[in-house]
Amino acid sequence: MSRQGKIIGGVYLGRGQEAISVGTTFDLRNDDIVSPIHRDMGVFLLKGMPMRNLMCQILGRKAGPSKGKDSWSHTGDMRYNILASSSMLGSSVPIACGAALATRMRGLDSVAVTYFGEGSTARGDIHEAMNMAAIYNLPVIFICENNQWAYSTPPDREIGGGKIAKRASAYGMEGLSLDANDVLLVYEKVRDAIHRARQGGGPTFIECVTYRMMGHSEHDQAAYMDKNQTAAWERRDPIGRFKQYLVEQVQFTESEDKRMTERIEAEIADARKFAESQPFPEGPEALEGVFVP
Amino acid sequence: MSQKTLIEAIRDGLREEMERDDTVFILGEDVGAYGGAFKVTDGLYNQFGDQRVRDTPISESAIVGYAIGAALMGMRPVAEMQFMDFISCGFDQIVNQAATMAYRYGGDTGVPLVVRGPSGGGISGGLFHSQTPEAWFTHTPGLKVVCPSTPYDAKGLIRSSIRDNNPVIFFEHKYLYRSIKGEVPEEEYVIPLGEADVKLEGDDLTIVTYGWMVHQSIAAAQQLEKEDGLSVEVIDLRTLSPLDRETIFESVKKTNRALLVQEDKFTGGIMSDVSAQITESIFEHLDAPVMRVTAPDTPTPYAPPLEKFYLPNQEKIVAAARKLAAY
Repeated sequence: MSRQGKIIGGVYLGRGQEAISVGTTFDLRNDDIVSPIHRDMGVFLLKGMPMRNLMCQILGRKAGPSKGKDSWSHTGDMRYNILASSSMLGSSVPIACGAALATRMRGLDSVAVTYFGEGSTARGDIHEAMNMAAIYNLPVIFICENNQWAYSTPPDREIGGGKIAKRASAYGMEGLSLDANDVLLVYEKVRDAIHRARQGGGPTFIECVTYRMMGHSEHDQAAYMDKNQTAAWERRDPIGRFKQYLVEQVQFTESEDKRMTERIEAEIADARKFAESQPFPEGPEALEGVFVP
Repeated sequence: MSQKTLIEAIRDGLREEMERDDTVFILGEDVGAYGGAFKVTDGLYNQFGDQRVRDTPISESAIVGYAIGAALMGMRPVAEMQFMDFISCGFDQIVNQAATMAYRYGGDTGVPLVVRGPSGGGISGGLFHSQTPEAWFTHTPGLKVVCPSTPYDAKGLIRSSIRDNNPVIFFEHKYLYRSIKGEVPEEEYVIPLGEADVKLEGDDLTIVTYGWMVHQSIAAAQQLEKEDGLSVEVIDLRTLSPLDRETIFESVKKTNRALLVQEDKFTGGIMSDVSAQITESIFEHLDAPVMRVTAPDTPTPYAPPLEKFYLPNQEKIVAAARKLAAY
């Protein structure tokens, strides 16, 4: 759709990182809070946002949650407790922590899961947010999606001290680093962290080690990426690995796979058809929504 | 009615809103048991406890970010900046996050939060304890900006700011904190955001101003009446954004002369916009060019002679008004 010029904004795909979206969100309740970023499509879907709404946001339609005001990567909708992020990556982390603080002040046992890339960990907001979350013992799970690339910059030029998860111990916080192309491992570790946070056990930092299989965005040819490295990660593809697991453990068949793929493709086609039938906002609607009543 | 300082009026406003609404809470550096650097929150910790009067580390960005997240989940946080100079450390959270949130949610979800703290000079606070950074925020759509000059206004405006469903940046002039007293009624009242107040009526010339400069302008007006027989009207903006154009225009249409006074620097302050709006909209009513009294385009200096030179004051306002009246 991007190549056909149907998508007006940037396209930032989560190809290769799907296990993080699914594994971190699977155990969440409706009243739990998430602050996903631009490669976390699965988080929106698992938190219950209809694909039609998402597609309207992507295509700038009035029926999207921002009414055409903002692009896909900053989607938010408080009906699903999805916090809108921004292009200042890392800035949504203190906001998610504040949402977690509010749930505690209101006597609820909801948790917040906040997402950021390894590149964002160089920002002060992450430090400030984690430090305060430790002081207040907040129910927050910090998901660092280490996909090895901050646009074109690799981790050894982003992360002083090497291992990012080690930083958690400086806040007295449990810090894990895990193979995030294994959806079941992500699910299991995040489920434990969610359980601990819900019981008042405080925050957890989880480095999800993965790989960005494409360029930063559709317009990035990514000549800086090593083809051999990409090919090595291709063999660890999270979807392929989970399919293999299903085939071996529950005799998942090719025909079941085909049926499921067709169902998903039909849902996407429906969302696209719906969104394309929806009107754009009118120009003067740009003036609306700066303030709420 | 009782006589209150600015600081007491703000504290009373905070206390009464916290008594009225359980979702209101305060967070900031040293705001708890210590009561804040200027003691604005003094006593509130004892009354409301450490959950609702919450000390934070020195993390302005997270203070504002946490306030945004809490506001999205139904709370009404009031975040204190120890000095408004430090608000720059929370700038991204205010201008890129809080200010755009309603727009990003299609106008359906707001962030009801207040960022408040002491601003302004006159105490030899130097470069980082004296700033008047209102214009950073009046330039940003999605924020409301408030700057009261009297105890009565401060209490009514802090209450409206807390009840507003949008982010409000609330500037309290530290020189006025304890140097002025004013009548504040015992009964509940609010002052709507976006309404200027005519602090002094007059026919010959309009001074538009806010904050500490309201007091300097009233003193200047009294001097001009006594020494020059000039009748000067003084308009206190009270809210810088949204701007009360009608009250300004009505006055300037009557006096035909506008003197704009701000403690802020010459370039890009709110009065640059007030000037543009007067000349764009009611040019034919002017008998003279719109004039301004402002600080120069320098940081706020420390040594008393430097700060005295830097700050607008009664003497400078009188000189400018005489020039304008004679034009």
